[in-house]
Amino acid sequence: MTETIIEFRDVEYRIDIRASHPILSGVSLKIHQGETVALLGRSGSGKTTMLKLINRLRNCTAGDLLVEGKSIGDWDPIRLRRRIGYVIQEVGLFPHFTIEQNVGLVPRLENWPTDRFYSRYCEVMQMVGLSGEQYATKYPRELSGGQRQRVGVARALAADPAILLMDEPFGALDPVTRAELQQEFLSLEHRVSKTVVIVTHDLREALLLGTRVVLLDSGRIVAEASSKEFLKLDQPVAREFIAASELVPGAAK
Amino acid sequence: MNVWHFISSHRAEILTATREHLTLVVISMVIAVAVAVPLGLALVTHPRLRSSALALASVFQTIPSLALFGFLIPLPFLGGIGMRTAIVALVLYAILPILRNTYVGLTGIDPAILEAAEAMGMTEQQILFRVRLPLATSFILAGIRTATVITIGVATIAAAIGAGGLGTFIFRGVAMVSDAVILAGAIPAALLALLADFLLGLLERRLRIA
Repeated sequence: MTETIIEFRDVEYRIDIRASHPILSGVSLKIHQGETVALLGRSGSGKTTMLKLINRLRNCTAGDLLVEGKSIGDWDPIRLRRRIGYVIQEVGLFPHFTIEQNVGLVPRLENWPTDRFYSRYCEVMQMVGLSGEQYATKYPRELSGGQRQRVGVARALAADPAILLMDEPFGALDPVTRAELQQEFLSLEHRVSKTVVIVTHDLREALLLGTRVVLLDSGRIVAEASSKEFLKLDQPVAREFIAASELVPGAAK
Repeated sequence: MNVWHFISSHRAEILTATREHLTLVVISMVIAVAVAVPLGLALVTHPRLRSSALALASVFQTIPSLALFGFLIPLPFLGGIGMRTAIVALVLYAILPILRNTYVGLTGIDPAILEAAEAMGMTEQQILFRVRLPLATSFILAGIRTATVITIGVATIAAAIGAGGLGTFIFRGVAMVSDAVILAGAIPAALLALLADFLLGLLERRLRIA
């Protein structure tokens, strides 16, 4: 369980080389196989950018980033992305595809044998608590927000990636649906043992879902702790988060 | 002279003119779509060409139609008297609405969908043809619809350079100072435009993705 799968080595990211303020700087972090790392931070802290560096939606401007031991620059971005599941708050389901086509996209791009599409589709739909058969020919617009987000997760899992990146995946849902999906995600995590990097601005969510919490502030990692230890941190930004989420210090989940 | 009387007594002639008119419009639209849609696709992957291509297409739109027909007559290959010249001019007119709508449709896609597509490891070509193009279909059709209605109207002027069509009656009517003769060309042209607008509108709604 201690094998490093993603490693940030003094990573810097600037939108523009000449820009004075980097979005990220001096970021070093090792993410181990099978753990769930929650990247916590305020808006603009660079957490989403950090996530996008992992599947090369953005490219580091300095430092190095290793995925499965290989430098990010040596990965073909297309190959890399097909091995990494990606879930975003807006879901981004293709409105002109049925649910089955949405979920089966990466397996299709990867030329899986046709007879495996449907069984895999049903399998991942079941993982997110939906009946594959019932939704196969439906279109995204026929689904509720919670169902769409589940399909988004199923789509990310379809090609059985080792890494799952999630950007505020439950941020747009009502509190009840969000709590429901968080619980399902936890049980899913136990079953599939993926390496998950999840971006959130919600400390409760970070502590609930993450095995480790990494706190970002103005493009730097300012604190890092296991979710059990996080509430004991003295770091000022961490204290601000703890105070704002009205969690009693020391009373972890 | 009574309009209906003129129309009924010249039925065969009007039908032939309508057929000529439709031929002009259909050929022009097929060529315009074949040029403008691929051009719109190319502009997505080559954004640097965007402003010059759209500007060029707009320039043709600003030339008065009668003048454009006139300019084309002396040109070798494209010009001369007759249908070919008319089609060249009609194509130049029809390109802008189709090109603009194609480009807007292809680029106006929800960024979350494009981000998801990219993150799933779709190549630029795959995103263009499997995501952007299908999602832009109703936009492109709206452009084709606008262009068709315009072309049906402008095609009446093609009669001035001997391309035939319903404009023949209009020009003849103007020369004869006869409303009835003008209307014998204008009414079928208007009906054609309404019909094309209705049918393409139907298709557009059918293909729209909610």
